Amino acid sequence: MGVSQIISWFVAAITFGTVIMYGCIGETINQKAGGLNLGVPGVMQIGGIASLACAFLYESSVSNPSPIVGMLLCLLSTLIASALAGLLYSFLTVTLKVNQNVTGLTLTIFGTGVANFFGGNMMKLSGGVGTISVAVTSSAFRAKLPFLFGRFGTVGSILFSHGWMVYVALIMAFLIQYFLNRTRTGLNLRAVGENPATADAAGINVTRYKYLASLTGSMICGLGGLFYVMDYIKGTWANDSAIEALGWLAVALVIFTSWKPKNATWGAYLFGLCYWAYIYIPMEISRFLAAKMKLQSATYMQNLYKMLPYIVTIVVLCAVSKRKKKENLAPSSLGQSYFREER
Amino acid sequence: MSEAAVSMRHISKAFGKKVLANKDVDLDIYHGEILSLLGENGSGKTTLMNMLSGVYYPDEGEIFIDGKPVSIASPKDAYDLGIGMIHQHFKLIDVFTALENILIGLPKQNSEKKCRKEVEDICSRYGFELDLDKKIYDMSVSEKETLEIVKTLYRGADVLILDEPTAVLTPQEIRRLFEILRNMKDDGKAIVIITHKLNEVMEISDRITVLRKGENVGTVLKTETNEQQLTEMMVGEKVVLNIARDLVEDKAKRLEVKHLSVKNKEDKLVVDDISFDLYSGEILGIAGISGSGQKELLEAIMGLQKCEEGSSVIYNSTAHGVHELVGLSTKEIIQFGLHLAFVPEDRLGMGLVGNMGMTDNVMLKRYRKGSGPFLHRKQPEATAQKIKDELGVLTPDLDYPVRRLSGGNVQKILVGREINNKPTVLMTAYAVRGLDINTSYAIYNLLNEQKKKGVAVIYVGEDLDVLLALSDRIMVLCSGKLNGMLDGRSASKEEVGYLMTHLKEEA
Repeated sequence: MGVSQIISWFVAAITFGTVIMYGCIGETINQKAGGLNLGVPGVMQIGGIASLACAFLYESSVSNPSPIVGMLLCLLSTLIASALAGLLYSFLTVTLKVNQNVTGLTLTIFGTGVANFFGGNMMKLSGGVGTISVAVTSSAFRAKLPFLFGRFGTVGSILFSHGWMVYVALIMAFLIQYFLNRTRTGLNLRAVGENPATADAAGINVTRYKYLASLTGSMICGLGGLFYVMDYIKGTWANDSAIEALGWLAVALVIFTSWKPKNATWGAYLFGLCYWAYIYIPMEISRFLAAKMKLQSATYMQNLYKMLPYIVTIVVLCAVSKRKKKENLAPSSLGQSYFREER
Repeated sequence: MSEAAVSMRHISKAFGKKVLANKDVDLDIYHGEILSLLGENGSGKTTLMNMLSGVYYPDEGEIFIDGKPVSIASPKDAYDLGIGMIHQHFKLIDVFTALENILIGLPKQNSEKKCRKEVEDICSRYGFELDLDKKIYDMSVSEKETLEIVKTLYRGADVLILDEPTAVLTPQEIRRLFEILRNMKDDGKAIVIITHKLNEVMEISDRITVLRKGENVGTVLKTETNEQQLTEMMVGEKVVLNIARDLVEDKAKRLEVKHLSVKNKEDKLVVDDISFDLYSGEILGIAGISGSGQKELLEAIMGLQKCEEGSSVIYNSTAHGVHELVGLSTKEIIQFGLHLAFVPEDRLGMGLVGNMGMTDNVMLKRYRKGSGPFLHRKQPEATAQKIKDELGVLTPDLDYPVRRLSGGNVQKILVGREINNKPTVLMTAYAVRGLDINTSYAIYNLLNEQKKKGVAVIYVGEDLDVLLALSDRIMVLCSGKLNGMLDGRSASKEEVGYLMTHLKEEA
């Protein structure tokens, strides 16, 4: 395996990791306030399709579209669309107190439907499968960092050949970590997720915190969808619900990071490395392992490699459950609705 | 006396349509005194105070703080008015430190540094010992209690309400707490303690208000009363109930419970070295403040609780022979003819499945008797029909979900099913919980019939009048210990009430 191979493996891992990092950060905020939103894949798809639709309309209605304007419009539409999805979730689970698992799963199905509906129609408008391209807007998202791109050898190639949203995700992870653990609003938010009755008795508006956490969390998840559409698949669309798989990995990553966004900064990339391992692990290793396991063909190994992210998740879950430290466990009231009048 | 810190006037509160928790209660709380709120379970003490702390809103009546009428709609309102309540179940967040627990929900102006300084001041003023950086899950119950009090004081509480603060403390910790309470009293705070422990009432309070069945029975000064008078106020006049009580001759020893002990999750003894015998053809009433170990005792006999070493339950019946029950599985114990009907507070939590109909619920306990992998519905259906006819269960259909039936009918099904299994030992707990008089009598008659058939019956009850009228013997539990065994025909209500609230000194 050459240096260039390693570079492209890491670059692919970072791009992949960024998608789930957004999902993970958003879901962490939601879960810290007690909301188990299993609708992350749906929210990401809604965020993604909103940005695509916005860019598609903009680029097809203006004769000379500007990348910057397209980018800003995309961001705005993604944030609004995913906030609406978050609003729907919190209205159902906080106000109407519907079961969170059911609501979340339904939101995922709903999001997939919405994305494929609009995606399919846009394909018809643009002239068939695989013809959607919002290259102009996408280029604004994929613009490389000035001054840094192309320098510092191998390390530089791995670190600096990405669009700006990769770096925003990293900064956001640390900011949210700081917000949750070092600010009073963060303390209150965690109190709501741990024990809403206590928070309520302390004068915290539980409903408001839960709504805001869900809204903010969903908006960040939506950015993951936007990044997927504009950077990961470079401003195109396929009705294959590929975002959904990444959405589930984002939820798994929340547990993997033990609800600490700072851990997502390396955890997400680790997931990325595992995910792409099947392409980059050299054939010699696969042949060797296949021979050891008496497999007919070394290509069978690739299917085993594809399991890596999930195996890592399972191993980590087992390890986490062994760890008795309470700070590393899920918020106590996660997944439960809060009724004040209950005796 | 100066103006009252808090006055409650004509306060009433009902839960649902039937349960009246408080009825036309007047109460005054003054600065610089400790008021004890005394009463049995369900006498409405906690409900009354919850209306002061904003957990509940009164249906009727007015509340005055320093003479001004106020409306308390949320815990926050209560804090703003200087009322703080320390609940029996602490409102603390396990993974936070003590200081973080104090900080949550406070306005941002109170910086962490300033807060720490002020909390330390409060601690030194009243003599609290508290490590502000300790996590709650590392704290003992007494530390948590201290933190709750400090938190409440820090939030500016002038009126402190403590709901059974001593229930989980050791005698040393109680002494320490009382010292602190006296310090706070001298500082001009108004303090209310909800309790049913008479000795503590006599030790700490200045005035005592007694509640019974949701009503204020009277307020007395400690200096002008004694434990005897308080017990009488608490339990009230003896009500004569017309429950038949036959004497069954020819009794045989059914159960011999020896040194039975059970520990809870916190490693505390909830059933503490209890020994007693149970005979066929008798009703043994068990009296006690709720949570004195009644549930754990019955569950231990049924094999649902892990018993400590040295515990022994010898079962003896002509049909099944002599057996040691400790160590056997619940399934085996049921096969010996021991049956438990426990009615929890929410009624459906134990024993019946709400979404199933009568037939299915009957089947739950006997499906093993069928052969092959399929369920045999015929017999259970007949049994369900029999229970329905004999006990007069009002249900549109045997398959109608029991969840939708009224409480009385649900309990008839529960008790009826256990009786139908032809028990040799029938244990019931709170069988008449929430039932009206007529239905209650139906259940008493059922139990009496079983007794006459030679079944050994255990009846755990809340209403002392019923216990006294129904039981042949009454066993009184207090803090998990057997605190007295009385004859049901000669025992007085005061005697039972006293034993329930007053742990005998170890001989």
